[in-house]
Amino acid sequence: MSTPVLRLEKVRKSFGKEIVLEDITFTVPEHTATVFIGASGSGKSTLLRCVNLLDQIDDGQILLDGSDISAAEVNPDEVRKKLGMVFQSFNLFPHMTVLENIILAPTKVQGVSKEVAIEEAKDLLAKFGLKDKAQQYPDRLSGGQQQRVAIIRSLARHPRLLLLDEVTSALDPVLVNEVLSTVKDLKEEGMTMVLATHEMGFAKQVADEVCYLQNGRILEWGTPQQILENPQLDDTKEFLRRVHDAGRL
Amino acid sequence: MKDKSGRGSNNGATPYDFGGEWTPSELEIARRLARKKKNQRSALIAALSSFLVLGTLVLVIVTSPGWETLRNTFFKWAYGVEVLPKIILGFGTNAMLTVIAGTSVALIGLAIALLRTSRSPALTPFRFLATVYVDVFRGIPMLLVILLVGFGIPALQIKGLTNNVLVLGTIAVIITYSAYVAEVIRSGILTVHPSQRAAARSLGLSNAQTLRHVVMPQAIKRVTPPLLNDLVALIKDTGLVSILGVTDAVRAAQIQTAKTFNYTPYVMAAIIFLLVTIPLTRFTDRMLRNSLEKQNAQGQA
Ligand SMILES: Nc1ncnc2c1ncn2[C@@H]1O[C@H](COP(=O)(O)OP(=O)(O)OP(=O)(O)O)[C@@H](O)[C@H]1O
Ligand SMILES: [Mg+2]
Repeated sequence: MSTPVLRLEKVRKSFGKEIVLEDITFTVPEHTATVFIGASGSGKSTLLRCVNLLDQIDDGQILLDGSDISAAEVNPDEVRKKLGMVFQSFNLFPHMTVLENIILAPTKVQGVSKEVAIEEAKDLLAKFGLKDKAQQYPDRLSGGQQQRVAIIRSLARHPRLLLLDEVTSALDPVLVNEVLSTVKDLKEEGMTMVLATHEMGFAKQVADEVCYLQNGRILEWGTPQQILENPQLDDTKEFLRRVHDAGRL
Repeated sequence: MKDKSGRGSNNGATPYDFGGEWTPSELEIARRLARKKKNQRSALIAALSSFLVLGTLVLVIVTSPGWETLRNTFFKWAYGVEVLPKIILGFGTNAMLTVIAGTSVALIGLAIALLRTSRSPALTPFRFLATVYVDVFRGIPMLLVILLVGFGIPALQIKGLTNNVLVLGTIAVIITYSAYVAEVIRSGILTVHPSQRAAARSLGLSNAQTLRHVVMPQAIKRVTPPLLNDLVALIKDTGLVSILGVTDAVRAAQIQTAKTFNYTPYVMAAIIFLLVTIPLTRFTDRMLRNSLEKQNAQGQA
């Protein structure tokens, strides 16, 4: 078997005395999507931030394409060039147009010429139905459009791995679907992804593996069918029941 | 949940253009007419009340028993015109001081703000010094700083150090204003949401690139109105260096007044300052209003 894109081994993270992640181990093979579900505060965002080296882990190892990115001598900027990350909200830079947002990293970080970067940005915008928004400022876009631009912005850097942190939870329900279908398209194209989400229906559609996170530990994991339809642990059942009652299933 | 309704942002805006097909309904025409009438009435009331209040004020002043003396002492226009060239010449010094000090203050203030908001451990001692500097010079009246630098430094009699009062006065102004401006810029940097930094870093931008392309443009945009306010204050405060004997507009007026015991030169100097500061104040005001309106239109708290 080839090296997985991402592998975490016994990762631990605490903020002061509070342990936020404990004994986190999982593998993300190429072209697959791993989805994390779990209550608010269970550590999903922290996990993604650790992979992106925005937060430092206390113990364990993070391997990207087989090399240890949690090692002390690793330059985070170099690692982040291979990762795309989209947050819950406040993603786009409000003082730049959509196009400027997208070409910022390719031109400033990857050294792509401006003409090439613009060309590619326009292709991506056209592909995702946002062609006419190129010259708009983010505050003129709907929340759903903003999130799609944020996804496009991270794609423009050709990441090895895409990290998506509840990209729909700040959106009105009617806007959620357009963002989710964008993510599904990417999955079908073979993008490797790690996601945190509250949308169980969506998790079922894109995930190759679902991990249930509680108090910083992966309690149960498996295929979407196993975890979402036939969970073994009472905790998982309880969580899914609560999500179901909240109308998200 | 984010409020995207943009409620009320359309008040009074031009109606949407539906390609010439649309003519306003009876109801809308009547509404517009009523609105127009209401506006006209408001304008009339405003004009009338201004006329009444200001007219009464002028009448009270002009008919007061001391008015004749007052006018001769403060508003002797023929004399004012006579001394005007000297005062304008003096104001040249204020203008030059404003430009030189303003530029230096912008650069130093920016540097201190960046220093104070940086987290690099290597800069810790400088960060500490910067904090002390800002606290000290924001807490001392500028007049004292001018006196200390302007008279204190020459008293040291160190060779190679200038005794030029204009240079020393400028330095004192720069020292004081840099402390103010550093704080304004720093507050602007701090109001940029932390997730903007996170987004930039996760795109692979270095710390310096994040500052340059993401944080600073947003911060500077936000602090431009308060910085313009500080510029107005700086223009006025350059008059304080006259205490060192620098012949600026204030000092020039003072010299004339001392000769004749007529205070019209002071009034002339005040008018010259106003000619510069009022347009700038109006401009700042408009800018602030625009940026507030824009924020409200976004509907984001
Ligand atoms: N910078 C920080 N400093 C201290 N504690 C933090 C920090 N960031 C997160 N935490 C804590 O870590 C825990 C996990 O937070 P995290 O944001 O990862 O949860 P989450 O699963 O993403 O929740 P949500 O679904 O609400 O986004 C929480 O208890 C939170 O208070
Ligand atoms: Mg989260």
